[in-house]
Amino acid sequence: MYGWTGKVLHIDATKRKYEIESLPLSVYKKYIGGKGLSGYYLKDHVSAEYDSYEMPLIFFTGPLNNTISPTSGRMTIMSRSPLTGTVGDASVGGKLGNQIKKAGYDGIIVSGKSSSLIGIRISEAGVEFVDAALLKGATVSEMNLKLSKIGANAVIGPAAENGVMFSNIMVDGHFSAGRNGLGLIMAAKQIKYIYVIGNDATTEVFDKNKLKEGREEVLRLVSASPALMGDLGISNFGTGALYDLMDSRRMMPTDNFRATSYRDAKRMNAWNYDNLYDYKKKGCSGCHIQCKKVGKNSVIMPEFETMSHFSALLENRSIETVVDANVICNDMGMDTISAAVTLGCYKEISNKKLTPEDILLLLNDIAMSTGEGRELKLGSCRYAAIKSVPYASMTVKKMELPGYDPRGAYGMALAYATSTRGACHLRAYPISHEILRKPVVTDRFSFSGKARIIKISEDVFAAVDSLVACKFIFFAASLEEYAKIFYGVTGIKTSGQELMKCGERIYYNERIMNAKNGFAAIDDDLPERFFIEAGSHGEGICVPPLSREDFLEAKANYYKIRGLDDNAQPKKKKMEELGLV
Amino acid sequence: MQSLIEKYVGKLVEQGVCKAEEPLMGSIDADLVWNKRTSENKVLERVIDGLNINSILLSKPSEPYASIINFLITNLNGCDVIYPQDCETRTFLHDIPVVDDLNSEMIITALKVRKAAIIPGYGIVTYGTVSPEQTFITFSSVCFACYVKFFTDYYRDIKNACNTKRQDEIYRNAIDIYSKFIKNFILPKLYNGPFESSERVMEAMVQAGKLVVDLRMVDSFFGNISYKYGDVVYISQTTSSLDELSGCIDPCPLDNSTCSALTASSELTAHKAMLCGEDDKLAVLHGHPKFSVILSMLCDDHESCELSDNCHIKCSKERFINDVPIVPGEVGTGKHGLCNTLPPAINGRRGTIVYGHGLFTLGKKDFVDAFENLLDIEKMCMNEYKQMVE
Repeated sequence: MYGWTGKVLHIDATKRKYEIESLPLSVYKKYIGGKGLSGYYLKDHVSAEYDSYEMPLIFFTGPLNNTISPTSGRMTIMSRSPLTGTVGDASVGGKLGNQIKKAGYDGIIVSGKSSSLIGIRISEAGVEFVDAALLKGATVSEMNLKLSKIGANAVIGPAAENGVMFSNIMVDGHFSAGRNGLGLIMAAKQIKYIYVIGNDATTEVFDKNKLKEGREEVLRLVSASPALMGDLGISNFGTGALYDLMDSRRMMPTDNFRATSYRDAKRMNAWNYDNLYDYKKKGCSGCHIQCKKVGKNSVIMPEFETMSHFSALLENRSIETVVDANVICNDMGMDTISAAVTLGCYKEISNKKLTPEDILLLLNDIAMSTGEGRELKLGSCRYAAIKSVPYASMTVKKMELPGYDPRGAYGMALAYATSTRGACHLRAYPISHEILRKPVVTDRFSFSGKARIIKISEDVFAAVDSLVACKFIFFAASLEEYAKIFYGVTGIKTSGQELMKCGERIYYNERIMNAKNGFAAIDDDLPERFFIEAGSHGEGICVPPLSREDFLEAKANYYKIRGLDDNAQPKKKKMEELGLV
Repeated sequence: MQSLIEKYVGKLVEQGVCKAEEPLMGSIDADLVWNKRTSENKVLERVIDGLNINSILLSKPSEPYASIINFLITNLNGCDVIYPQDCETRTFLHDIPVVDDLNSEMIITALKVRKAAIIPGYGIVTYGTVSPEQTFITFSSVCFACYVKFFTDYYRDIKNACNTKRQDEIYRNAIDIYSKFIKNFILPKLYNGPFESSERVMEAMVQAGKLVVDLRMVDSFFGNISYKYGDVVYISQTTSSLDELSGCIDPCPLDNSTCSALTASSELTAHKAMLCGEDDKLAVLHGHPKFSVILSMLCDDHESCELSDNCHIKCSKERFINDVPIVPGEVGTGKHGLCNTLPPAINGRRGTIVYGHGLFTLGKKDFVDAFENLLDIEKMCMNEYKQMVE
């Protein structure tokens, strides 16, 4: 077997035992790896409670990890989301994916619950369970200092230990497996950290020349991408490069989504961060784009979503506060998007203007479950329900919306609604064509054609998250080039379309899991605000409310194309077609 | 969807790559819509069912592309793909497969791995995943790539005295069509600069961009255009149609103080460097005129050169077509990016050709001289080619 190790490590945290499973090639061919194989292992347990003994916490790499394939250092962490009750997964960078492969495993599945706080150390030699009682309450940066830099680590911070519904698993100090509350799963299992150290070997590859050819094709396309490698691109400015663009397109969520343009955006953009912090490039293992930015004194610069939500959404004018908020969220181990949107909800309901000090104090309260943080840690949806103002919660399936206002990009609106994990911008990432004009531009103020485009993109990115590669590189490359890389690595002939078919299976599997947990068409919806209130018009751009009728028509089209019934339930015929029965 | 189909069918005809009655284009969201019903619809419907796509196009190309493509596919020498060496093929198409018949399974097999395929007797089939626009782009790119391949091969065969009568006929016909088109084209008057407002800059760019497309100095609509006004470079957006630039021009401050122009052309870095060079020029035009591209790829030292597999990025010779330099360089940035080779070469010149890619020209205060340079250099290249083979 090339590409994969063929081995999956099963860890029982209750018994503190482990065993190694040999997985047949037929399963790899069907689910690839990463997100796909994670879903394969989650499916039978997805109806268990997130804090039950049965619920697995799954870490999976793909066949491209630990090869020269561009952006192949990422991996998937998956379980059932405490925040949403849906499938909960995150694609995460850092070194963990490659270290797991170097240790000889394609994936690690942790089930059971320890009776006390432990750390798990994994290497080729096996698994060691280490008492971690003294590490209770340690922050992510403290944990990262304690653990050797030679390997890679996944840790939880105080937020997860204190029951924050949007707590993260943090990899290598500042790479977040976020959005779903996966940290809470690890906390429920009483696992403070997982440390993995592999050997020096690279993944065994079928045809190095083909892999190299494919890599060169991808790199050529990346060089031609202004969004990635241009003067103003992500390589130079990080994802913060999107900040000005979102404001100029009048789709920057402002004042808890009550406006879509922020008057202070020009002084809060990536260029100003660079001037203040003189940042340098950093990135995941195996990536040449290096989108992560590290400022002076090693301070990690916020990503676009964090920049947007901790400024415009909360009407904050202090860059330093955004950076500090990002540091607190990372160090406590909680999701910046959900934290900011929950504060936005608080701001609207309490009708308070939040000062920089308020923002930072409330974040600490959330992480430590003190003061108002005891309610805010539940996330925007539950908080708004407690306060009897559900209208102020800007969530889909209880997950907070990211930094792209759906009134400014109708494909994004549909993608938020249909995403299997709640308001996620990354499942279909229609910003690529609606804003960044790749592969070509589509009309962002129209639902026409968007149902199929979203379905296709969901399939593509499900395959991408299974291979694995970074979504950003698909601003430039396509599965056509990655099919060659896949062949070079695994020796299995495939095509972009066949990989997409795997992506369709992987995504449909998530639909099946959500249906098992009672999710239906009524849950594939957006907050009412977007259908009632207009965005901020100006500079020749009109941002009307979404048409409920057009949205419902697009959603119905999506179900038809996806092979779901009118209530978003899986159909037996489609399950058979995809080999999911 | 219907309006997009009509728009891009129209563009195929306007660009001269299809006759009006030829294109069969379909697009699907929940339901499939076509521009017309023919005996081929059923086959293409099966292709759509077998692929994860949202649009499809089948069309015979017009002359001279039809003859050129027919010639190329009847002289494959045992291969089942055409492999042009121009920049667009290298970067986007990779190669162009040929399928034996209008058979849905065969077409699906080909389109699973490539963006387009050629079907003898039926033309070119291609698809889009987000818009019918992709079918127009790929169709046009295939025509362009095959045109370039035919002329570069023909030169080689003439040199080796192994050209055929059929090649001679196609050559004469293609030259005749191109010459007549350029000769009969009535050039409109472009705005005179220097321009005194950003609005006027954009109007001038819209006008010049449309002229480049109308005169078929680009394949599909690729190419880019910029103008320096004060401390801001105005540049066409990436994948924007040069003939539809209104609303698709990004202002880029020279100090990078805003990233609003993240959507700017992939050649922004090169444009900035050219506009900030010693020449004190204000305008840049970039097109893909056919003979400029073809001539850039003809090199008599090719077979003996140890870098001949990498001419497009590593050619170390100083090459010129009369006064116009030819430089290597790939699209965009990166260590082999044309942003490294083009700006120094164009300094003090009226234009520069990037190997296998296209022609860049400069204008002192507006697009009038930039456009004249573009057209003059292309005519010069065509005449040079004729002298080389006749």
